[in-house]
Amino acid sequence: MRETVSPNLLELSNIHVSYGRAEVLHGISLAMKPGSIVTVIGANGAGKSTLLNAVMGIVPSKGTILYDGAPVPRSVEGRVAAGLCLVPEKRELFATMSVEDNIELGGFLRSATERAETRADVYSRFPRLAERRKQLAGTLSGGERQMLALARALMSRPRLLLLDEPSLGLAPKIVVDILNIVAELRKTGVSILLVEQNARAALEIADEGYLVELGDVKLSGPASELAVDPALMESYLGAHG
Amino acid sequence: MTSNMKASLSANQEPGQNLSGIFRNRRNSLLDAMIAAFLIQDGITNGAVYALLGLALVLLFSVTRVIFIPQGEFVAYGALTLALLDGAKVPATISLLVSFGVIAFLLDLWGMRRGTDARTFLRSVGLNLVLPGAIYGITAALAPLGLPSVAKALLTVLIITPMGLYIYRIAYRPLADASVLVLLIASVGVHLAMMGLGLVFFGAEGLRAEPLADENYTVGMLMVSAQSLCIYGATIAIIVALYLFFERTLLGKALRATAVNRLGARLVGVRTHLTGVTAFTLAAAIGAVSGVLIGPITTIYYDTGFLIGLKGFVAAIIGGLGSFPITAIAAIGVGLVESFSSFFASSYKEVIVFGLIIPVLIWLSLSHAFHEEE
Repeated sequence: MRETVSPNLLELSNIHVSYGRAEVLHGISLAMKPGSIVTVIGANGAGKSTLLNAVMGIVPSKGTILYDGAPVPRSVEGRVAAGLCLVPEKRELFATMSVEDNIELGGFLRSATERAETRADVYSRFPRLAERRKQLAGTLSGGERQMLALARALMSRPRLLLLDEPSLGLAPKIVVDILNIVAELRKTGVSILLVEQNARAALEIADEGYLVELGDVKLSGPASELAVDPALMESYLGAHG
Repeated sequence: MTSNMKASLSANQEPGQNLSGIFRNRRNSLLDAMIAAFLIQDGITNGAVYALLGLALVLLFSVTRVIFIPQGEFVAYGALTLALLDGAKVPATISLLVSFGVIAFLLDLWGMRRGTDARTFLRSVGLNLVLPGAIYGITAALAPLGLPSVAKALLTVLIITPMGLYIYRIAYRPLADASVLVLLIASVGVHLAMMGLGLVFFGAEGLRAEPLADENYTVGMLMVSAQSLCIYGATIAIIVALYLFFERTLLGKALRATAVNRLGARLVGVRTHLTGVTAFTLAAAIGAVSGVLIGPITTIYYDTGFLIGLKGFVAAIIGGLGSFPITAIAAIGVGLVESFSSFFASSYKEVIVFGLIIPVLIWLSLSHAFHEEE
């Protein structure tokens, strides 16, 4: 008899993160099912980005991170190999390298065959980037940069995509485009942990939501319920929401 | 005759003594075309070697943020190893290589004390014990046979290259997250250690290797030695190879990516250790080639490498420690300045060459916003 695997793709329990002596996350717990979009919303400085960085292993954390029912690999590279991929708030693209090279490097840990397959898929998903293959990443517009960051992330063939403020600094129309692409991605079986300040847009595409305030989970539940929660509405969605 | 003159101009020799002696009676008249052509040729030859050093320094700094002072030690080790192989002797460098490997292995073992897997352990054994052991065996078997010069050159590069790997493992890997300043201080330490080890293993005697090829060709009024052609050829070949590596291979692109955005590179799964190991191994290989090239045109002592390395450093600084093409061109400039100043003001040769760095630093600090990662 095989033991039943934990139904959760990612399970965080009691995650603490400190910068020096200041603790910024005070024991956050979160669970997400495979194939779902979970959003973490909250004000600036609530610790949302820190949470993603902890899941990726960029900042050290205390507590348990279970990925696919087992402790997550220790190193960032190990986590990338296991299928986690972070698109950070600042994108962290290779600005002086071409779009093509940025995309190619996304598949650094995958075989040449896998890269070729994914590359074709990525370019069909982002035709804009295909047009600008030879252009330097640093010369792209904000929206294109976000697309490139997503494309680079997809090249690693992630199972769990960690998106940090993908709509930050983008024009409203592009925000819609980007979030549509994110919703599209879920159909390919990728699970997405989405950190957003744009709470309304995030809750629209998410299955579950967590409201983080000052390093603690204040509220959590199905996204559709959070979207009509009176307290949340007032502080994060705007009173007219 | 030509090679003597050349030797007098090259890095560590008393600056331009023979040359200025030979031409002293003409100095007061004017710099005639022949002397100028000779000085230019000599400057370019030395400049080509400095270019290799400068490129290695830029490569290391951009990928690992290490200002690698001991690059010249690889050159000295390479030249001395080649000279010993010329005498059909087993070079002491192989014992040094094995010692480095053993230390690196012990450090790996210490790192594995909290448990490891068989693959990591076997890889460490292979890289740190089997590889230097095999090179030791090959060298000990082949060296006494009196090899042809190309084989000696290749064997030298084979012996020196893995040292880059071990130096990284021993000195820099534990400091991967340290500041540029700490890494620089570590470099000073590595330089002193490698120079001291050079004295222990090679002794205080200077050695000169035999040229890779003895022929001389006359082009117009210039005598061009086959050795200097080897230098030009090797420099160009290495520049082309580096270009192809960085432009065409995924690993090369990963190194560039690390230089451009360290966090971005980690996020796509490029391990800091992988890029560090690659950069240091390449630098050691380039250093070994430089040693093979310069060994036959000047006498090398255990401590000669430092001064040669510093000239590559001047070129690398002119290139802002970031630009390969500017560094290569600047290195030729350094070679030319050195060659002409050894003719006109031989006692001030080094002062003039190192003085080049000052206006460049002033210009760089005025034209670039100061950006330090820390």
